[in-house]
Amino acid sequence: MLMQATATYEKIHQLLRDYCHALDDGEVDRWTSFFQDDAIYQITTRENLANGYPLGIVLCEGRGMMEDRIKALKTANIFESHTYCHITGPLDVVEQMEDRWAVRSNFAVYRTMYTGEATLFATGKYLDVVDTSGGQASFAERVVVIDSRTIDTLLVYPL
Amino acid sequence: MQPPTMQTASSCPGASAAPITQASAATPPADFRWPEGGVARVPFQVFSDPAIYALEQEKIFRGPVWHYLCLETEVRKPGDIKTSWLGDTPIIVTRDENGAVHAMINRCAHKGALVCLKERDNKPSLTCVYHSWNYALDGKLKSVAFQDGIRGKGGMPEDFDPARHRLEPLRVELYCGMVFGTYSQETEPLRDFLGERIGAFMERNMDHPLKILGVHSQIIHNNWKLYAENVRDSYHATLLHTFYTTFKVNRLDMDGGIVLSDKKWHHISYSKRATLQAADEYKQANVHAAKYGSDLDGPELLKAWDGFDDGITHSIQTVFPTLVMQLTLNSLAVRFFVPRGVDKTELFWVFLGYETDTPEQQKMRVMQGNLTGAAGLVALEDGCINSFVQRGTGSSPQQSAFIEMGGRTAESNESSRATEAAVRGFWHGYREIMGF
Repeated sequence: MLMQATATYEKIHQLLRDYCHALDDGEVDRWTSFFQDDAIYQITTRENLANGYPLGIVLCEGRGMMEDRIKALKTANIFESHTYCHITGPLDVVEQMEDRWAVRSNFAVYRTMYTGEATLFATGKYLDVVDTSGGQASFAERVVVIDSRTIDTLLVYPL
Repeated sequence: MQPPTMQTASSCPGASAAPITQASAATPPADFRWPEGGVARVPFQVFSDPAIYALEQEKIFRGPVWHYLCLETEVRKPGDIKTSWLGDTPIIVTRDENGAVHAMINRCAHKGALVCLKERDNKPSLTCVYHSWNYALDGKLKSVAFQDGIRGKGGMPEDFDPARHRLEPLRVELYCGMVFGTYSQETEPLRDFLGERIGAFMERNMDHPLKILGVHSQIIHNNWKLYAENVRDSYHATLLHTFYTTFKVNRLDMDGGIVLSDKKWHHISYSKRATLQAADEYKQANVHAAKYGSDLDGPELLKAWDGFDDGITHSIQTVFPTLVMQLTLNSLAVRFFVPRGVDKTELFWVFLGYETDTPEQQKMRVMQGNLTGAAGLVALEDGCINSFVQRGTGSSPQQSAFIEMGGRTAESNESSRATEAAVRGFWHGYREIMGF
């Protein structure tokens, strides 16, 4: 039993690591594969969360909307090329209900522009619900809560 | 035409006892001349010259102009406090115990420290943390710590009169759920400042019980006027922002137009979905999906309803200098932008609904929030495009922009949006008030 829980816990860790490394390595096409079909992905701010405001910066309900985000950034949106580097903190299990794990971890994302300018782009926390049924770990929900109210320039790649 | 002489903001109500000399030190660079070509040319110098920036603070932000400060719902209850900005100047907006809304400069009458340090608060009075000078919610000085000294020693001089000191007030008007302030006694009444047509359209969109759905801001690395131009620029919309065309969202062939205010300072850009045959349908059921045929994998993004019976489905409206109201599909938002230096601007997004929205309507507004804002699918390019101009023009202050799409004058055009008329309208107002 304990071994099984440890194995599941490691799968969740692996999901969170793979997610960041895929984005940091420019494998943006892999992004939606970390989510369940009907998953929710939201980027919001600490201020919106504290006030109970439902509208953040990005909201995708279902992988279709996530696919549209990726298609848009690859074919429609104009922006200066840049890369992310995610630094994440330890993971806390907030709640577990059978195959659903509510977990929380902190992040810092550095952004490096094609000009060489590297800055701290965002800090905050991930509030995740990870589904581990069928021996696979994937996000049923990922809420990205940014500490700041402000985005520098624009946000186009998922955090 | 000679611009009218503008009164500098040296007289404020309540300021007479302690005269405030708003030094008129800012002057335009001696060699600055607006180029030939009127409002169809814009000298790049205005985007990068610190002396012009300083002059704008005096002539525009402390001048005879109404400025958006916050939403009325942000100071709904007695004791509510909201901080804001009027150009570089930090502002406090309050509602007092009698329900009156006040605005004042966030600067203690003692040493000039910020009095309010939070973006939002609720307090019975305002106290500066430095030396505990305490002000009523209307900004009047109530008490000074140790005014009579301690054990008879120290204290203020005998002729110290608290009534002669206060937080410097602004004039305030409330309209369409928004709080406007002005520093100058010379500013005309707000409705006259806006003009009839601008006011009427604001009422259409904003004169409802407003509810905040979400807020964030965006730092854009450009002079504030480049965003003021950008948001008036209907020419770029379908050229730079290709989300709709890329995803083959139907009904893109919209009729629309540009309306300039009487003085040309403010504008409305509107469009109508071309085939609006749903009149009966939306009378029967106020809410229905717009059924955009598209290549979207998540078409619920564009689920919408027709909220008005004038056929206008998209609108952007500006009020000079730094206020924007959008109602694109059902996505209602106030944008206002605050200069943070000659080459930096903070753009605030306040997404709104009406208190009367059904849960389904609110959900549609929330989903459509994906279209605009810092990560807006349709318009995120505006976060960087103005910095391209800033970087392109910084080294060439003597060169000028060429703005002749749709003619050389600033006039309304209700048959086409392939025009830069509203951009010229902005420069018309800017030149008038700056004396350029």
